[in-house]
Amino acid sequence: MIENLLQALTLFHVALALGGVIAGTVIGSLPGLTATMAVAVLVPITFSMPPASALILMGAIYTGAIYGGAYAAILLNTPGTPSAIATTFDGFPMAKRGDGDLAVTLACLASVVGGIVGAVFLLILAPPLADVALAFGPVEYFWLAVFGLTLISALSKGNLLKGLIGACLGLLLSTIGVAEISADVRFTFGSEVLLGGIETVSALIGLYCVPVLIDLVATSDKHLKVTHAPKGFRLIEALQISWTHKFNLIRSSVIGTLVGILPGAGGSIAGLVAYSEARRTSKNSDTFGQGEPEGIQATESANNATVGGGFIPTLVLGIPGTPPDAVILGALLIQGVRTGPSLFAGDGSIVYTFIFGLILATVLMLPTGLVIGRYAYKTIITVPKAMLVPTVSFMTMIGTYSIRNSVSDVVIMVILGVVGWLLNRAGYSPSPIVLGLILGSIAEQGFVQAWTIGSATDNLIGMFFGRPIGMAIILFIAATFFYPMIRGYLIGMRGNPNED
Amino acid sequence: MKIMKLAAITMAAILPVTSAFAGFPEKPVNYVIPFGPGGESDITARHQQSFFKGKFGQDLVISYKPGGGGAVGWSQLNRMKGDGYNIMGINLPHIIVKPKQKNVGFKTEDISGVYMFHYTPDAIVVNKDSPFKSLQDLIDHAKKNPKKTIFSGSGKGTANHLAQVRFDKMADIKTTYVAFKGTGKAVAALLGSQVSAEWGYTSVGAKHSDKVRMLAVAMEKRHPKFPDVPTFKELGYNLVSGAYRGIAVPKSTPEAIRTKLSTMIQEINADPEFQKKMENDGMAMLNVDASEYDAFIKKMTGIYLDAAREGGIIK
Repeated sequence: MIENLLQALTLFHVALALGGVIAGTVIGSLPGLTATMAVAVLVPITFSMPPASALILMGAIYTGAIYGGAYAAILLNTPGTPSAIATTFDGFPMAKRGDGDLAVTLACLASVVGGIVGAVFLLILAPPLADVALAFGPVEYFWLAVFGLTLISALSKGNLLKGLIGACLGLLLSTIGVAEISADVRFTFGSEVLLGGIETVSALIGLYCVPVLIDLVATSDKHLKVTHAPKGFRLIEALQISWTHKFNLIRSSVIGTLVGILPGAGGSIAGLVAYSEARRTSKNSDTFGQGEPEGIQATESANNATVGGGFIPTLVLGIPGTPPDAVILGALLIQGVRTGPSLFAGDGSIVYTFIFGLILATVLMLPTGLVIGRYAYKTIITVPKAMLVPTVSFMTMIGTYSIRNSVSDVVIMVILGVVGWLLNRAGYSPSPIVLGLILGSIAEQGFVQAWTIGSATDNLIGMFFGRPIGMAIILFIAATFFYPMIRGYLIGMRGNPNED
Repeated sequence: MKIMKLAAITMAAILPVTSAFAGFPEKPVNYVIPFGPGGESDITARHQQSFFKGKFGQDLVISYKPGGGGAVGWSQLNRMKGDGYNIMGINLPHIIVKPKQKNVGFKTEDISGVYMFHYTPDAIVVNKDSPFKSLQDLIDHAKKNPKKTIFSGSGKGTANHLAQVRFDKMADIKTTYVAFKGTGKAVAALLGSQVSAEWGYTSVGAKHSDKVRMLAVAMEKRHPKFPDVPTFKELGYNLVSGAYRGIAVPKSTPEAIRTKLSTMIQEINADPEFQKKMENDGMAMLNVDASEYDAFIKKMTGIYLDAAREGGIIK
């Protein structure tokens, strides 16, 4: 182990980790440029490297990109990567009221904690945790997606009906195009534009970013309120907040790791689940969604924890935990590295060198993240609106195009943006729509698969309601769904002790 | 005499064209994969990448245009510039079955194939501790328990699915096929015992050799990496199938360039080093060049469409 640690600390590997994290953070901060793409671009470069070095470089870029997604989420209300969706909920309100610098620093701290927790799980518990991934069958994915959907009740405060309508719209959007598992062509109206379906990242950019841009042009307000001259990183303040809510950080990191292990779930769901749990258990749950630091902590630690978590099935089972893992796995195959438990046993030098390299990269994210974050914040608040709007608009177009090299996606992004802006004005927030879009296909696949297996074995009810993990998720769903009512009831009881 | 004259004119017409392209490729070639990165189409293209550079001195630049199970890419193929510097990966049965299901923006005959360079043979994969020790065990079980033998597999109307439909008919059994999004998830379902077996590929057997074994492979002869696994043919079922991969160019590409590309891919395929890499991943080599492409597609179309009709995938 010591040997592997030393190997990870060679000058070459430190340079790879540092360069990777910086490049990843910058790429991730640009809306539309995702972690998957950042890693895919690098693959040819890694052919000439030994496998451990290649892994360190790709791991560093990946973890940096997941963190970088937070900038655009906080400062522009646009998740730079799908993992950062839930970061917009509290990040942007914080930035709006002038605490953007604090939010960025908080996100950096949370990402580092999450990244390290995920990597430590990968280091110590990878082979047994890989079995968790296998225990998750279709029906568990279905219930997990439903669990994600219960968040709508939390996100649409005050107007549940509008939230539900938004979610239904999202679910409908998720069915457009060639269906993933039945191969049916649905709701394309004969148009090639819709054949590939609504791509998630372009929908995110359209629904979140375009309304912000339109509002910027339509009103004379400044983009973000600036209450004070930028005064450093506000690191002490952020550290204090992080220390106060250390349990939130740890819990969210563990959630992130566990969700990351599940192939087919990914960073966006990890962030949402962690956010939901943080909100449910927090004393400040009423301020969630209005710029509550705990919300940022939850999502940012969870999404970075998925990096380490996702590597668990990737390296132990050869089954990619997340989309960037699929690319990394491909690169390893070409290098001739065979994944499996044997990688971790005996002469596991490659994998342990890599894990230490990943931890190193995560630690390096602290200084680089703070510096880049501060620069991003300063840029956003000082650039005049007349430059900000065209620059960001241009970036959204390029970003959307580059996801699938597709002009159709740009068209869809712009249309969704305008629709999103109109819906926003009518009181429909974009989050339930996006939730429906992302979770719809996961729920649909899980349901169809579970139904097929259940009816073939004449045990539909047992399939849906008779499996232990499935039952546990159903309990969580019930808790999240009914908690606001129970809590209201309890407060009512305590609030009026002398009533009778 | 007349024929000679015609031949001479034709030759005269072709020759300068050929020589004009003699230096091809003079710049990097853009290789579009109509799927996301990390899948088998990507990995096999990556294998070609380094050999291409080594043999022809130009880069093969891989990019992705995923969506609609490949349909987004193929529907745009013929709109790309036909100068030989734009090539695209093609997959069977996709390009044959998809256009027959619904309008997906392209037709099988729109695709101008250059070369089919390998296939990943279908295989029945079970966990190491599965009670099915042989293909006969599985067939016996399926005969006694109709529909209760459950297979995972990648997608509907895919190589895995069509193999299931064809094999059920050949062995006179009824099994259940559950489609997953991609081979990775179908394997996860198998390893987690959510299903009894998987209609997978030889590449699954290669990648997960510590956890799974194959009951039979759908090849003409046994796979060099798995000399102990019988073929379906040996066991009396005429099933040779899999996911076939090749390369196509836009229709507007000059014939001389298409032929040149075909010989180039062939040259990579003939490299023993390349073959070793591919076979190690569980792939099987295939050599269908530009002149044989149409006949190959015609033959496969007949087989696939029958199976697809059988399976209720097309009407």
